[in-house]
Amino acid sequence: MSIFINKDTKIITQGITGKTGQFHTEKCQEYANGKNCFVAGVNPKKAGESIFNIPIFGSVKEAAAQTGATVSVIYVPPPGAAAAIWEAVEADLDLVVCITEGIPVRDMLIVRNKMKEKEAKGGKKTLLLGPNCPGLITPDEVKIGIMPGHIHKKGRIGVVSRSGTLTYEAVGQLTEIGLGQSSAVGIGGDPINGLKHIDVMKAFNDDPDTDAVIMIGEIGGPDEAEAAVWCKANMKKPIVGFIAGVTAPAGKRMGHAGALISGGADTADAKLAIMEECGFTVTRNPSEMAKLLKALL
Amino acid sequence: MKIHEYQGKQLLKKFGVTVPRGIHCTSVDDAVKAAETLGGSVWVVKAQIHAGGRGKGGGVKVAKSLEQVREYASQILGMQLVTHQTGPEGQKVRNLLVEEGADIKHEYYVAALTDRATQSVAIMASSEGGMDIEEVAHKTPEKIIKVFVNPLVGLTDEQALTLVNGIGVPAASQAQAVAALKGLYTCYMETDASLAEINPLILEGNGNIKALDAKFNFDSNALYRQEEIVAFRDLDEEDADEIEASKFDLAYISLDGNIGCLVNGAGLAMATMDTIKLFGAEPANFLDVGGGATTEKVTEAFKIMLKNPKVKGILVNIFGGIMRCDTIAAGVVAAAKETHLSVPLVVRMKGTNEEIGKQILKDSGLPIISADSMAEAATKIVAAVK
Repeated sequence: MSIFINKDTKIITQGITGKTGQFHTEKCQEYANGKNCFVAGVNPKKAGESIFNIPIFGSVKEAAAQTGATVSVIYVPPPGAAAAIWEAVEADLDLVVCITEGIPVRDMLIVRNKMKEKEAKGGKKTLLLGPNCPGLITPDEVKIGIMPGHIHKKGRIGVVSRSGTLTYEAVGQLTEIGLGQSSAVGIGGDPINGLKHIDVMKAFNDDPDTDAVIMIGEIGGPDEAEAAVWCKANMKKPIVGFIAGVTAPAGKRMGHAGALISGGADTADAKLAIMEECGFTVTRNPSEMAKLLKALL
Repeated sequence: MKIHEYQGKQLLKKFGVTVPRGIHCTSVDDAVKAAETLGGSVWVVKAQIHAGGRGKGGGVKVAKSLEQVREYASQILGMQLVTHQTGPEGQKVRNLLVEEGADIKHEYYVAALTDRATQSVAIMASSEGGMDIEEVAHKTPEKIIKVFVNPLVGLTDEQALTLVNGIGVPAASQAQAVAALKGLYTCYMETDASLAEINPLILEGNGNIKALDAKFNFDSNALYRQEEIVAFRDLDEEDADEIEASKFDLAYISLDGNIGCLVNGAGLAMATMDTIKLFGAEPANFLDVGGGATTEKVTEAFKIMLKNPKVKGILVNIFGGIMRCDTIAAGVVAAAKETHLSVPLVVRMKGTNEEIGKQILKDSGLPIISADSMAEAATKIVAAVK
């Protein structure tokens, strides 16, 4: 088991014919069962053609109907990315993974509210991961996104983080000391996104093949604190927590659009304190995340 | 991206929010002419910089004669205005706004911003305008009222009235206040703002509602479709090194410490800064080279870091994924040679082609210190600069 995706997942790639989409689709195909998982691409102008032996369809709906795919990954450039998310939601997919960085916040506000409105009217709920995220991976089964596959190892530790390279850092440390991962999920650095820490923690809690979790956050926003409070009441598995940005000054956007201290409660210190209060083993030294986790098992 | 008050007021006016009549000037003579053009007997001379707290710093003066307009304009133009948002060195005043005086009966606070938790637009209002809103939030949080606007619906009359009643706008002025709030919301959405704040929004003696200040921040992801906003950009108000870095697609922010750091990924960059602090020093900057670093980009990154005279050592931390360690190593070697690097350099590389990258560093003949973990890298650079 794993969370959200496994070797039997069937995936559509939106933006498959662009430079980024092509590059990463090839890497994803090469990883584990990727050849069988990536079953369709979408580009209305190139419908009927194929790329890397993957058939291209005119729309997500058609691609899903023809291939039985239930997940999509988006590499569409920022101006059209929110529309691509909505197309996947309207096609009633289970999960949409949006890699695109730089989508205007207003576009995300509108598409997220449209998604909520659809659910409220009884429509199918589609999960969104991202945008501006590395994607997710279930080692030795399938990877959807831009993470380097070879640093992962199959195992029983969950990893969730906003940042891409910080996720790799945690995964790399775990693999190095012999602990594999059940799934590693990058939820992205944007202020308005889909799945949050709390949603991924719930999934890891329910996954019988995950024994413990590394949860990594950063400055800005209330998400990590919300997840910590939920974990205190519900989580049955040990958690190591780290928050990046102790040294970040207030009011400055640290690369990620969402990494911006705006009030008093969203500093790294404040988040670390809440996580500790909620039973996490927190560290201020990101080099010892895996070592600390091993001690908890 | 931030803009000046006078530009913000142009935007507000376009969306139906009443603002005082005013003229933007860049010289003392123009300021006096502006006062003459505006007429009346009271004018406000306001420094235009991209920072708040201008009044306390002496950047806003009320003039009761044209002579006073001249006097204040010459005091303010060219001054280094220091506020709690500028840092101790202050910001040079290059622009003025000369406005007609206002008959202030009450000062309110209103603002629009994106609320992450509810994924909506929060409109906030307070009866305690004219002061630092963070102080109000801290001391009397009950005096700040919020409504959350669904962007698919927009700000409703009911929500606007909740705010207007909540902050005690008199009945006769409520329609104007509702119109101002709706204008603020529409302006926020249409311009892809990330913050739009009017502090104060005033009630005049005659019952009119006016925006006496305007503070905006815009979503940089949306600037490609906001020509009018981009035209407002004032590079004099921005950090020169940060502008230079952005030309090479590098996210750079200068800080106060003495260890420069070059990292791929925003999260890892922050974690690296934190590790430097944990081991006893302070980072000199945040620098994310992003996913597609080339030799040229790495060289530029080194040049920008080394411009800072405080930098006594550099820490490079790369987790190679798509970006290979050998590419970065070649870039680091080229950059160190081109910049005639004379401060200690610690490099930590992990991931794709790690071994080849380390070999390139070794073979370069440069005194590069290698490290395996972030903690080891930080320990080594901190020791090297002491």
